[in-house]
Amino acid sequence: MLGFTALDLARIQFGFTVSFHIIFPALSIGLASYLAVLELCWLRTKREVYRDLYHFWLKIFAVNFGIGVVSGIVLAYQFGTNWSFFSQFAGGITGPLLTYEVLTAFFLEAGFLGVMLFGWNRVGPALHCFASVMVAIGTLISTTWILASNSFMQTPQGYAIENGVLVPADWLEVIFNPSFPYRLLHMSVGAFLATAMVVAAVGAWHLLRKNDTPAVRTMFSMAMWMLLVTAPLQALLGDAHGINTLEHQPAKIAGVEGHWQNQGDEPLPLIVFAIPDMENETNHFQIAIPRMGSWILTHTWGGQIKGLKDFPKEDRPNATIIFFTFRAMVGLGMAMIALALWAAWQRRRHAMYSSPWLLRVTTVMGPAGLIAILAGWYTTEIGRQPWVVYGLLRTKDAVSAHAVGTLALSLGLFILVYAFVFGVAITYIFRLMRSGPARFDPGHAATGGPGQAHTPSRPLSAAPDQISTNGSAQ
Amino acid sequence: MGIDLSAIWAVIIFIGVFMYVVMDGFDLGIGMLYPFVPDRHERDVMMNTVAPVWDGNETWLVLGGAALFAAFPRAYAIVLSALYLPLIFMLLGLIFRGIAFEFRFKALDHERHIWDKAFIGGSLTAAFFQGVSLGAYVHGIAVVSTPAGPQYAGGALDWLQPFPIMCGLGVMVAYSLLGCTWLIFRTEGELQKRMLSTARPLALLLVLAIIAVSIWTPLADPDVAARWFTMPGMLWFVPVPVLVVVGVVLLLRSLAGDAPLHGPFLASLGLIFLGYTGLAISIWPNIVPPTISIWAAASPPASQGFTLVGTLVILPIILGYSCFSYYVFRGKVKLGEGYH
Repeated sequence: MLGFTALDLARIQFGFTVSFHIIFPALSIGLASYLAVLELCWLRTKREVYRDLYHFWLKIFAVNFGIGVVSGIVLAYQFGTNWSFFSQFAGGITGPLLTYEVLTAFFLEAGFLGVMLFGWNRVGPALHCFASVMVAIGTLISTTWILASNSFMQTPQGYAIENGVLVPADWLEVIFNPSFPYRLLHMSVGAFLATAMVVAAVGAWHLLRKNDTPAVRTMFSMAMWMLLVTAPLQALLGDAHGINTLEHQPAKIAGVEGHWQNQGDEPLPLIVFAIPDMENETNHFQIAIPRMGSWILTHTWGGQIKGLKDFPKEDRPNATIIFFTFRAMVGLGMAMIALALWAAWQRRRHAMYSSPWLLRVTTVMGPAGLIAILAGWYTTEIGRQPWVVYGLLRTKDAVSAHAVGTLALSLGLFILVYAFVFGVAITYIFRLMRSGPARFDPGHAATGGPGQAHTPSRPLSAAPDQISTNGSAQ
Repeated sequence: MGIDLSAIWAVIIFIGVFMYVVMDGFDLGIGMLYPFVPDRHERDVMMNTVAPVWDGNETWLVLGGAALFAAFPRAYAIVLSALYLPLIFMLLGLIFRGIAFEFRFKALDHERHIWDKAFIGGSLTAAFFQGVSLGAYVHGIAVVSTPAGPQYAGGALDWLQPFPIMCGLGVMVAYSLLGCTWLIFRTEGELQKRMLSTARPLALLLVLAIIAVSIWTPLADPDVAARWFTMPGMLWFVPVPVLVVVGVVLLLRSLAGDAPLHGPFLASLGLIFLGYTGLAISIWPNIVPPTISIWAAASPPASQGFTLVGTLVILPIILGYSCFSYYVFRGKVKLGEGYH
């Protein structure tokens, strides 16, 4: 169909469903921690802005969490439906890690999430705050399991191969594999950064609309501080992660850099722009800065790395794609650092809340962190190709034997249903964001839990039932 | 160590799937009964009866999938590939249903009909294809061995046969009966009366479905016939059909009573549990019927053991919490309080 093979379609389907999914958990991770911080601030200072902001973002968190759960069901089944040989080969290791992730999420939903969403008037302030902190920790534990599983597929260790399948030899080695710490930190900080960007954008939008309340100012200010810390930190972590990848997956780095081969002892240039051509093993339209590549990759002025030509053709990742996804991620990262510095400068000038251009750019950049996360995942996952478990199982040997027509049908249905269902959900989240933080009225706190209309596992029901089109919550 | 981890995991997954049926069956049923109740306020009541208890169902489904992946990766790979299309249809139906459930309350008045339709369509699709998947699974999955391990040997539409389709309809009837008896338990007045008159034909249809499956499976598969009709196993399994008869009698009697309460609902659940157990007896100890046993599909003991530790700690807490939730909820009913 349109020249796609069954393998292509299976990969597109997995990429599509997982890309849709990742946005929601990434925001959930960041918002959960933000909510915990807001509630701690409220308990310490008793300033009402913190309480009002808590309840504003709690509703958005609830909807977001609910969509994350719904879009997550598909993923629990796709390894089996579409990647049966991967499941048979690696199930003994990735299966338990994913099960622990589900158990963690389930545990959270059954207990602390309910208290957090519905318990404002039912439990004491300290216990409520404890629940918020536990939910924040829980989302990070979930992240840890997923990243352990993913990192194992990138840099496997602690396994044996018996009867043609992976057998765990040492669980600690499996979990704490070489790329795990870098990947976990890079993803967690990425989630915080992306969330800070979203919060900042919502604040900036309200300030632009002259909805200049203390709560809006506080969230804008907090988000900009967070951005100032996490954006540069993320760059440092990304650099460390890159060095780690160079050690364990040199072909990925060669692809990301569009580096085909070393020229004698010449230091590596930094290729700013090029179109890598996998067929002809060359770059078109290359623009490069001499020596910078060596410095960035090896932190010396003359260092060299392996080029793509050092790897057999069938072991190379598609440099045409990851060259650009990597630059999209780094470019957005740099833009966020610049924005954070600009805001800090405007803060010193006491103009942060009133500079129209700063507010406009911040609003437009709202999704920048989320897009950077997607670009980063594309880089690392496509860069792992042609392997699904690096060095052990090729993607083409992992896929279930479905016909092209079957896969085209399922992919088409996924696109249709996701466009409709998640389109509505995202519209709803936007409506909530537009309504803005209001003065919290304890009499109208969401009620729920056993015996109530709203129960813990229905996070969506913590959000107000109707929001009128002019933006105010009813 | 003489612990049979595979058997423990088979039981955990058996319970997990039944938990899903208990948690989600009646609200899928309510979705299917929606077309017969056009009044908006009655529809609100119907949905409000499940609002407090339908929670967690999708997470049970995710947990079921993940546990199968961890404990029996070979079965996970083969069964899910074989049932590709019905499972995808089911998942999409569930996504629709779950979102519709929530957004129906959030929708503006003129948008509500969209979510009613999504709720009906999602419930119908999910229930039918759960039954089709179950039927195709019980019917047997063609497997061929390859150098990379056993692989599904059939086509994409192998499930499109009379037996799976019949099971799909059977599960729709079963869930509708659950939804119907749940509403008898939870509502009063006109709506309850209508459900009372709907329950009896649904119950008879379910009995027909159970009889059809009970005759069909042993005829189609001599192993299943041998399991049920040779001594000494027969002695162990005789209670199952006897209990089914008892269940049907209890159900019909409770429907005829003056003030039916939870009786019809519990009797329906009991019937469905017996049918489910009967299928498990027919299949045991295979996990990819009719060829691959739970031991042949098992992941290494180090994987099953590692996962079991966390499951044994967390699952009882979740189960306890769910029971507590139902318990408090039931107490409220006795006080005659509504939920909204």
